[in-house]
Amino acid sequence: MAAAAVGMIRLRNLFAVVMLSGIFSLSAAALYVVLDAVDVAFTEAAVGAGISTVLMLGTLALTTTEEAIKPQRNIGALVVVFLTGAVLIYSTLDMPLYGDPTAPIHLHVAPRYIWDSGAEIGVPNIVTSVLASYRGYDTLGETTVIFTAACVVMALIGRGRSKVKHQLPEGAPSFGYAALKPHSVMRVTSKLLLPLIFLYALYVQFHGDFGPGGGFQAGVIFGAAFILYTLIFGVDNTRIVIRGWFRRLMMSAGVLIYAGVGVAALLMGGNYLGYSALAHEATHGQHLGINLIEFGVGTTVAGAMITIFLMFAGQDR
Amino acid sequence: MEFPGLFNYWIVIVLMMSGFYMVIAHNNMIKKVVGLNIFQVSVFVFYISMGKIEGGTAPILEKGIEIYSNPLPHVLILTAIVVGVATTAVAMALVVRIRDAYGTIEDDEIHAQEDDA
Repeated sequence: MAAAAVGMIRLRNLFAVVMLSGIFSLSAAALYVVLDAVDVAFTEAAVGAGISTVLMLGTLALTTTEEAIKPQRNIGALVVVFLTGAVLIYSTLDMPLYGDPTAPIHLHVAPRYIWDSGAEIGVPNIVTSVLASYRGYDTLGETTVIFTAACVVMALIGRGRSKVKHQLPEGAPSFGYAALKPHSVMRVTSKLLLPLIFLYALYVQFHGDFGPGGGFQAGVIFGAAFILYTLIFGVDNTRIVIRGWFRRLMMSAGVLIYAGVGVAALLMGGNYLGYSALAHEATHGQHLGINLIEFGVGTTVAGAMITIFLMFAGQDR
Repeated sequence: MEFPGLFNYWIVIVLMMSGFYMVIAHNNMIKKVVGLNIFQVSVFVFYISMGKIEGGTAPILEKGIEIYSNPLPHVLILTAIVVGVATTAVAMALVVRIRDAYGTIEDDEIHAQEDDA
């Protein structure tokens, strides 16, 4: 990972930098698996290595692929960086050792999640129960952030930009829709793959309470399926398959479902987002609530990812 | 001191400083965003490595398993990753707009244009 990071600093070709950052993300995901964070690894692999790389490539296609050459070394920046690094390393000397079970982080809150969530929430995956139930407010906020980000991207590079025309730089990594169209092998393979990807996304979505997975990951996988479709069949086809109003509906419906579950719990006599009130038995209510809000999260994330991607991909013509 | 010891923190700091250097020393905006992403990943690794417990396993309840890694950092970072990609998308959209307005995505060239105007 460190090698990839250094490579990214040195390289001037932005295309290579973006590719390296994809590799960097993937190795980070492998590291998370080693560190027992399977849910996080899943997300990083789908988001960091997949969607981010595609987005950056989209930007490169719209801007430029070479960094301007600046021969001078930036001594000032180097000094600042080394000083900060030295101070930080000095401060780690007081930190608990790696894997130490008595570290402060493990002594508060976490034991309760680990020992009581099974009985209180009834969902084996602790990450899911913390994410969706104990810290449901945070997750609602984060879903809203994604929704807002997609709106911002739409506002920035959506409509009204078609008047601006650029000559694409020579050798820019285009998405190659036109180039890939005649490749029948690609078309047939992707047609075979797409239903499987959707099926997998649904599995990840609804199995998130038992194994790693959940709304965030499922939404990203769902979005990735549409990105694959766009790469092979072109932006125009994707725009017909999934219309603009439908994408916007998905984005906003997800947030509304999430917030609506909260209001429903309120109306049924519980706290806002207190799912126990949703059914007669507390754990049933929790299960129902978690599934519903994960569905909301998945819908918003998928809608937002497809929208953002189409915004970038639909520009360069 | 056994091998991992504090090594995880040092790796995090090396990564974080690489990202930091990329943000402050480079003029190209895409490189700045990539640098921010490295910085971000280093913070993620920091959180996740703090959550690890020696001999623990992934926090999915299973009979016969006594030690789980701390699930709380996992939750925080999981959502942070997705929010991270959303903010990256916004940054990229801004870069595209800046390129529209100035014809370049190099910081110093934009400054020069501003000074001329």
